[in-house]
Amino acid sequence: MKQSIYTIESNACVADKTWRMRLLGDTSGLERGGQFVDIAIAGRFLRRPIAATCWDAQGFDIIYKVVGQGTDEMSSMQPGTKLDILTGLGNGFDAGLTKDAALVVCGGVGASPAFSLVKELVRLGRKVTVVLGFNKESEIVLEDEYRTLGAHVIVATMDGSRGVKGLVTDAISLEKPEYDHFYTCGPKVMMKAVCEALEGNGEASLEERMGCGCGICYGCTCHTTDGPRRICADGPVFSKEEIIW
Amino acid sequence: MVNTEVKLCGVSLKNPVVPASGTFGFGVEMADSYDLNILGGISLKGTTRDARYGNECPRIAETPCGMINSVGLQNPGIQAFVEQKLPSVRKHFNGAVIANISGFSIDEYVECCAKADAAPQTDILEVNISCPNVHGGGLAFGTSAKAAAEVTRAVKDVCRKPVFIKLSPNVTDITEIARACEDAGADGLTLINTILGMRIDIRRRKPVLANRYGGFSGRAVFPVALRMVNQVAHACSIPVMGCGGVSCAEDVIEMMMAGATAVQVGAENLRNPFVCKEIAESLPAVMEELGIDSLTEIIGII
Repeated sequence: MKQSIYTIESNACVADKTWRMRLLGDTSGLERGGQFVDIAIAGRFLRRPIAATCWDAQGFDIIYKVVGQGTDEMSSMQPGTKLDILTGLGNGFDAGLTKDAALVVCGGVGASPAFSLVKELVRLGRKVTVVLGFNKESEIVLEDEYRTLGAHVIVATMDGSRGVKGLVTDAISLEKPEYDHFYTCGPKVMMKAVCEALEGNGEASLEERMGCGCGICYGCTCHTTDGPRRICADGPVFSKEEIIW
Repeated sequence: MVNTEVKLCGVSLKNPVVPASGTFGFGVEMADSYDLNILGGISLKGTTRDARYGNECPRIAETPCGMINSVGLQNPGIQAFVEQKLPSVRKHFNGAVIANISGFSIDEYVECCAKADAAPQTDILEVNISCPNVHGGGLAFGTSAKAAAEVTRAVKDVCRKPVFIKLSPNVTDITEIARACEDAGADGLTLINTILGMRIDIRRRKPVLANRYGGFSGRAVFPVALRMVNQVAHACSIPVMGCGGVSCAEDVIEMMMAGATAVQVGAENLRNPFVCKEIAESLPAVMEELGIDSLTEIIGII
């Protein structure tokens, strides 16, 4: 965990109620895709935990959905604003678990935490299929960026306004992508369905309302085969086998 | 050079800053983030006889200037606490280790306190009779003077180390419970635990917390905690650890003036995990600014 002050370089609406913010500052705490940062917002008691989409030596990006007053306030923050942020939180996905081909299944803004994972998988020379599920076309994020990385991208929308009509699991049964390891991030019901539908080993990134974000308050515990685990500090990524849904 | 040292029943604390139970894990979780030895003491996460999962999530909800929680005493049980958690925190910390014990019966309090007392790493016991988040335990002992006295007496019988009783603010008259604990032999008191609260998600038409109610803490409760510390300090002669809404060195001074000998920092750790270190670092400068040479001179001056 590292605490530092970051400066907003850009903050723009990239899809329906969805914003992308780039923050400049120390990124040495970020190591793996799926890790998150915890952002202090003036006037709000608790920080807002949000996954890092990608990073470089100068800064990192987050993609967030406006779901409440805190994220609503974030959406009106101007470039130049300084924010107190904890970085390098959580374990992140393990790209090393994929031998040849990975299947990455995301729902909504769950497309964001997996982005740096896919970047790493491609760097390691793995074949990657990314399935992105959204309610409708106006919610789609990162589709082009995933293609640019070199992944095979399949989009599914619930209303059929783009790609396969239906759930990500519908798209997977239709396209039958090859993989030896899968990763999933999105709404809990989706990840549960993905873990139940897909054969073989996989990892899922869980989400919960958090207190501290760094493992000291035990506010975001989940059930696992290894007993109670803290989503923020022991996760958020857990293997399919250990999660008790 | 100002003197930040305080003494709690013979246990010396290099400064009065103590992370409150439940907001700092078992101490070891923060050992990689800063040198824990800057702290006066650490009150470890509450422990019960058997391992507990606690309540289902969501366990945390934000409020204006604070939060509510319903963790529900998740812990690995007293055996694992004594065998693993206590030795583990001691590797990183040479200040006062405070073992916080909860229970669902007097027998359970006695068994757990005896084990924690016998552990060489423990300096002080803190008996939680005020957890609002478990049904049929904790708080039931903290809202009746008779039951609070019974737990205190039973625990004191098996402990050699100082025993602090952690009091609930969810009572009509906290001084009545405080006096009952003092009369039953308590060496000190910690107050306040959280105030029972609630949030509702008006869109989903459901309580935010899975447990419906939770303990309210954070900056918003500071004046309530301060008032209760002051009332108890006047009603009792045993030392008080003040707790509730403390977020900076100035709050520590205020809490001590109200009557606290040591000051616990709780929910603020969740918004800023480095806050206890920052308070301990800034305390001497704030003391100098206020013309305080030694913290002991301001305890209970109000």
